[in-house]
Amino acid sequence: MSPSPPRPRSAGRGRLDGWWLLSLPLLAFLVVPIAALLGRVEPDQVLDNLRSPVVRQAIGVSLRTTLFSTALVIVAGIPVAQVLARPDTRLRRLVDALVDLPTVLPPAVAGIALLVTFGRRGLLGGVLELGGVAIPFTQAAVVLAQLFVSAPFFIKSAAIGFGQVPPDLRQAAGLDGASSWQVFRFVTVPLARTALITGAALSWARALGEFGATIIFAGNFPGRTQTMPLAIYIGFELDFNLALTLSAILIGLSLLTLLLVKWLLHPKAGADTPA
Amino acid sequence: MRHLARLLCLSLLLAACSAPPAAPTTPATPATPTTPPPATLTVFAAASLTESFGELGQLFEARRPGVTVVFNFAGSQQLVQQLAQDAPADVFASANNRQMQAAVETGRVDAASPQTFVHNRLVVVTPADNRAGLASFADLARPGLKLVLAAPEVPVGQYAQEFLELAGQDPALGADFVAGVTQNIVSYEENVRAVLSKVALGEADAGIVYATDAASAGDAVRILPIPDALNVVASYPLAPIANSAQAELAAQFIALVLSPEGRAVLARYGFDPAPQP
Repeated sequence: MSPSPPRPRSAGRGRLDGWWLLSLPLLAFLVVPIAALLGRVEPDQVLDNLRSPVVRQAIGVSLRTTLFSTALVIVAGIPVAQVLARPDTRLRRLVDALVDLPTVLPPAVAGIALLVTFGRRGLLGGVLELGGVAIPFTQAAVVLAQLFVSAPFFIKSAAIGFGQVPPDLRQAAGLDGASSWQVFRFVTVPLARTALITGAALSWARALGEFGATIIFAGNFPGRTQTMPLAIYIGFELDFNLALTLSAILIGLSLLTLLLVKWLLHPKAGADTPA
Repeated sequence: MRHLARLLCLSLLLAACSAPPAAPTTPATPATPTTPPPATLTVFAAASLTESFGELGQLFEARRPGVTVVFNFAGSQQLVQQLAQDAPADVFASANNRQMQAAVETGRVDAASPQTFVHNRLVVVTPADNRAGLASFADLARPGLKLVLAAPEVPVGQYAQEFLELAGQDPALGADFVAGVTQNIVSYEENVRAVLSKVALGEADAGIVYATDAASAGDAVRILPIPDALNVVASYPLAPIANSAQAELAAQFIALVLSPEGRAVLARYGFDPAPQP
């Protein structure tokens, strides 16, 4: 972007040195299967499949539920991120580890955990039943499954963002008479903006790909709980082309999100700071 | 840097060394002159036969010292694909006639050899406490019930759809029954075991599964029969593999499956043994 001062060539970015060469096997392994999948997709067939109700319903359910879950992740995740951005304590580390847990657990574990908590016979099932609420097999269950697996992505990113806001800036604003809400709203959030948006985008992309917890906790019903990943899995044996189309759409949406985050929100990264 | 490259080379080398799967070796212990030479019988069988064939395999090994029965349990469709790729096998047991026919088309099974050895029926399962109070399958249409089926893409889900079609033609039940049942479906699960789990957990009030799966769940579920007239019966055919190196053992294993003893084992796991030819 802005002309940067000359830098030592040894740090030259984009030069094909030995590290680049060594990175090729794994990069190829990560990229080739995706490319192979996209290579199998025929544009005509995609257009055809887009008219199929199964595909449309799956896209609709996916977009609707991920919109909800991402909104929930942001609203409920900001306080957690604030806690994690505070000075290190033993309790903070415990919270940190607990927040990381859903990312390393198999999603099926998340599904079972949600079922034994919010299911009819689960921990909170009786209370929910009294209120006339049944969560499994509903879109609410899809949203909860996505919330469970995607929240860590937002929280971690937001916590890093909050942590990088210089404390003296907040103190100065406080001394100038800003309430703690005003400090948060007009100092912390604007300065952590990039991290917040990155976190929200990553969390949305993760929610979009959520499969294991959803199929266990929310079941599979076209138009209600059948998200795109479920439709791909169930449809794979019956109609490979349909699964291909949905896969291509998922890859496209996810890649676009990731690229937007990396390129638009971190304009400097491409220019002179390592990403 | 160079160190890293060396490490990488080493790990690649290691990977290369361990890559070829150890060839199945015959038992290392030399056979004593009194026992027959060790032999391995490879049986490809549908996943739903896992428990029952496992027991039959033990029975067979007990009868024939030195013989090891190796099972490959998977979806029948997967097994046929493996047969088509010349996977070593001696016996094939399929969960439906379509996949046995597909095996015949690969040339690995002679068209005349398959014979049906068991049938599997559909049953309705409810949680053990049956809190919704279902008295018979006819209650499946009662409003407000939560019913789970297998997805129509899965064989058992396809059978459940056929059951509904038959029920729709039955004047005693009729189209209202089908509409009511369809209204109650809350999920099309990816396989029959998932249907069973959700019912056993009590998250669903009822589900439709194979009688064998219901039997495997034991006390966790209660079984409500579906009348024969409406029931869609799945046939399981069994056949020796044409180019098997263990043709004699294969024939003996099939004979055991079809024997009264074998049929008793299968019946214990919820199958309906086919009438003997």
